[in-house]
Amino acid sequence: MYRYIWLVPLLPLAGAAINGIFGRWFRFSEKLIGGIAVGTVALSFLISLTAVYSYGFGGEARWPNPYVTTQTAFNWIPAGAVKQTLGEGDTSRAIAVNGQPASSVTGPASLLNIQWSCQLDPLSSIFMLIVTGVGLCIFVFATGYMHGETGFYRFFAYMGLFMFSMLVLVMGSNFVMMFVGWEGVGLCSYLLIGYYFNKQEAANASRKAFITNRVGDFGFMLAIFGVIATFGSAQYTNVVSQAAGYPVETLGHWGLMSWIALGLMIGACGKSAQFPLHVWLPDAMAGPTPVSALIHAATMVTAGLYMLTRTNVIFQHSQTMMLVVALVGAFTAIFAATIGITQNDIKKVLAYSTVSQLGFMFLACGVGAFVIGIFHVMTHAFFKALMFLGSGSVIHGMHHEQDMRKMGGLKKYMPITYMTFLGGWLAICGIIPFSGFWSKDEILWNAASTTHIPLGWLVWLIGTIAATCTAFYMTRLVAMTFWGEERFRKHEHGMEHEGHAQKKEHATSHHDAHVPHESPKSMWVPLVVLAILATIGGFVGISTAFTGGKEVGWKMNIVNWLDPIIWNKETGQFGKAEEGKFPPNATPLLGNEGPFGANTSTAEREQLLSQARPTNGEAKAHTGFNLAHAVESKVGSETATEWVFIIISLLVAGAGIGLGLLFYVKSPQLADVWAARLKPLYEASYNKYWIDEFFGWAITRRTMDLARGVFAFDSKVVDGGVNGSAWLTRLTSKITGGADKYLVDGLVNAIADFVVRLMSPIVRAAQTGLTQNYALVMVIGLLIAVAIYFVKSL
Amino acid sequence: MFQEASRTSTALESIKHPDLSKFLVIAAILFIIGVAGVLTRRNLLVIFMSIELILNAANLNFIAFSRYLQDTGRGDVMSGQIFTVFIIVVAAAEAAIGLGIVIALYRNRETIWVDEIDLMKW
Repeated sequence: MYRYIWLVPLLPLAGAAINGIFGRWFRFSEKLIGGIAVGTVALSFLISLTAVYSYGFGGEARWPNPYVTTQTAFNWIPAGAVKQTLGEGDTSRAIAVNGQPASSVTGPASLLNIQWSCQLDPLSSIFMLIVTGVGLCIFVFATGYMHGETGFYRFFAYMGLFMFSMLVLVMGSNFVMMFVGWEGVGLCSYLLIGYYFNKQEAANASRKAFITNRVGDFGFMLAIFGVIATFGSAQYTNVVSQAAGYPVETLGHWGLMSWIALGLMIGACGKSAQFPLHVWLPDAMAGPTPVSALIHAATMVTAGLYMLTRTNVIFQHSQTMMLVVALVGAFTAIFAATIGITQNDIKKVLAYSTVSQLGFMFLACGVGAFVIGIFHVMTHAFFKALMFLGSGSVIHGMHHEQDMRKMGGLKKYMPITYMTFLGGWLAICGIIPFSGFWSKDEILWNAASTTHIPLGWLVWLIGTIAATCTAFYMTRLVAMTFWGEERFRKHEHGMEHEGHAQKKEHATSHHDAHVPHESPKSMWVPLVVLAILATIGGFVGISTAFTGGKEVGWKMNIVNWLDPIIWNKETGQFGKAEEGKFPPNATPLLGNEGPFGANTSTAEREQLLSQARPTNGEAKAHTGFNLAHAVESKVGSETATEWVFIIISLLVAGAGIGLGLLFYVKSPQLADVWAARLKPLYEASYNKYWIDEFFGWAITRRTMDLARGVFAFDSKVVDGGVNGSAWLTRLTSKITGGADKYLVDGLVNAIADFVVRLMSPIVRAAQTGLTQNYALVMVIGLLIAVAIYFVKSL
Repeated sequence: MFQEASRTSTALESIKHPDLSKFLVIAAILFIIGVAGVLTRRNLLVIFMSIELILNAANLNFIAFSRYLQDTGRGDVMSGQIFTVFIIVVAAAEAAIGLGIVIALYRNRETIWVDEIDLMKW
């Protein structure tokens, strides 16, 4: 079945093409458009499901070896031979080793041939299921939510195009295809944020998202160039197997791997909204809510995580970049969480929550727990899509009101939305046994026990505080939206008293129309499905502390499922080789080409590496104080240590929820009191730490100044030059024109005049007009002729 | 050659076979009178008459040569006479057209004096 995975991205594309091209011409009904869009995505989901099943569990299962669709692929960029660089000491060391002149020493070369082919492996299978599965729920929801919008067909055409791009991103078998998908989702994000293009806010937000992403894409492109220059291939299988052979770069050592990882990290920061490139994501909420759920919560923003995990072997070779990833993630997590506390727009809170959760995922990757990062991607896709769709349902029920201060008490009016939202709330807060608990707890545990980077305890501390903030602001969101007094009524009255007192009767008569209502079936069914997933989805990654230290479920356990693609720093192999559950040697992952491919002998490989190896050969990192080890020395066993951390994370989640209940349910005036007491902090958080203002001042204004300067230069100097030369041309043309008119023409006229005056009397005299004169001339001529005849004959 | 033949002939013979040169001289005189008339007279009608003189001088030549060739027994005798008839016909047609022109001219300019008509200058 997995031979048909190339259909998975193509189906949504076909749906998008039909909707986009014919939807407008033939004025498709909403039902038809929705049917085409949902149908194609559902078909994709089914194919993905069966493909992943047959890949992992079926009769011809290939797991954990990647399956690349070379039969249905075409050679996209047959680029020819590429000389590979070996990094520092490339030539100078080669002289020392071989004793040859530097010019004759060349690095290994390989044939670069970029294929358009899909790759099915543990990582892409997870993403395929998330993208198509959660995408299907959101598509169904969108058919209800977008009902009656102008450009219904346009919306679903963009959404289908997005699905295609996202699936190309996660299913491509090389970096260049990933980049194509990467740009495609960026484009669709731009189009969908600007769906309400007649609103200035949405138009600005779409541009902001696109331009901010360009910064990241630049880094990503440099990294791709670096990958091709280093490994001579863009195919994942080749790249990871070759990268595994490189020496690990210790902290502060900037070798090839660190630079490539830096570029990849910049790209991931842009797409996954990490500080300081996070500014576009909150603004992106100007798009329709299903877009926020699909693109800006569940799928596109996790592309950075996909890339990080895909290239985990490169990142793990650079301890510096691992630390950078962890710190950026931790900082973003706490930074966005504190902003989320004070926002009043329901979607803004969820947006900052998404940024914060993405920070958690980066944190997980940074401490070396790539699998847990992907696990959190999955659970986050469930509960954050659920909450976004829930907020969409609320917005729909409230007649496009997004301000939480004008909500309250909605649980009476929207029971299904409320119940499902509760599931998402408990999941993101990290309450056992909801899905968010399992992934977040694992992240914090891995941060505390990491041996990949120093400062693990700091990362853990920041993450724990951020988790508390998360629980607090999510409780605040639920309390302000669903519990407490019904402020939308008060708001209505306030409006009436202010401006429309004379229309009071009229206002009260259609008052009932503004009472919130439960959403239609097409909207709450996806909510229920996602709520179930958000509740139980975490069990695929159940913590070992609960199972007696063993990883249960074999392949059904996400940790085991994903493990073969993770490079193990200690053993230098892929996967946990020591457990012997799958072939410890990663030869299936090794490509045959390249200097580190299977065709190269070990001796050759060693010789090449000796040229590239940095001077400080000792790769063993000293990671300093390790929190988990410190606790373990107190409590004894590792399982007990894990339990300590589980209890801590449950306690902080409970503390966050308790604080939220205290502030927003028990005594709502407390919130204002504390906001006044901590006014500077509150202001800073409410204004998002003035990051937008800073960027506006530091980048936008400077760019505008530069543009103005360039414009001035253009209009004064360049235009002046052009206009000056035009003026000069006109001047010279006037002079030469005058000379031509008066001098040349005058001369010609004068000569002609002279000749005419001189000759005309003579010629005119002959023209008497008298017939007899002419006859006389004829006779004279005759006489002359006769005379000549006579003279001659004499 | 012609004179030698005439010297040997009798008076009767000279009547039967008149001398060619006399006709030629008369024709030449007629021609000159005609040309002089065309060049000097101002009246268009007189000029036409002069043209008739010129044409008739030519006719006389044709006739003379025709007769001469008949006498000497050489050549085609009839062609000169036929030419003459043609010329008379053409002259008649020409006179008709010419007189038409003269009438048209007189109606427009009220003169038939050629020195007052310099239309060919324009």
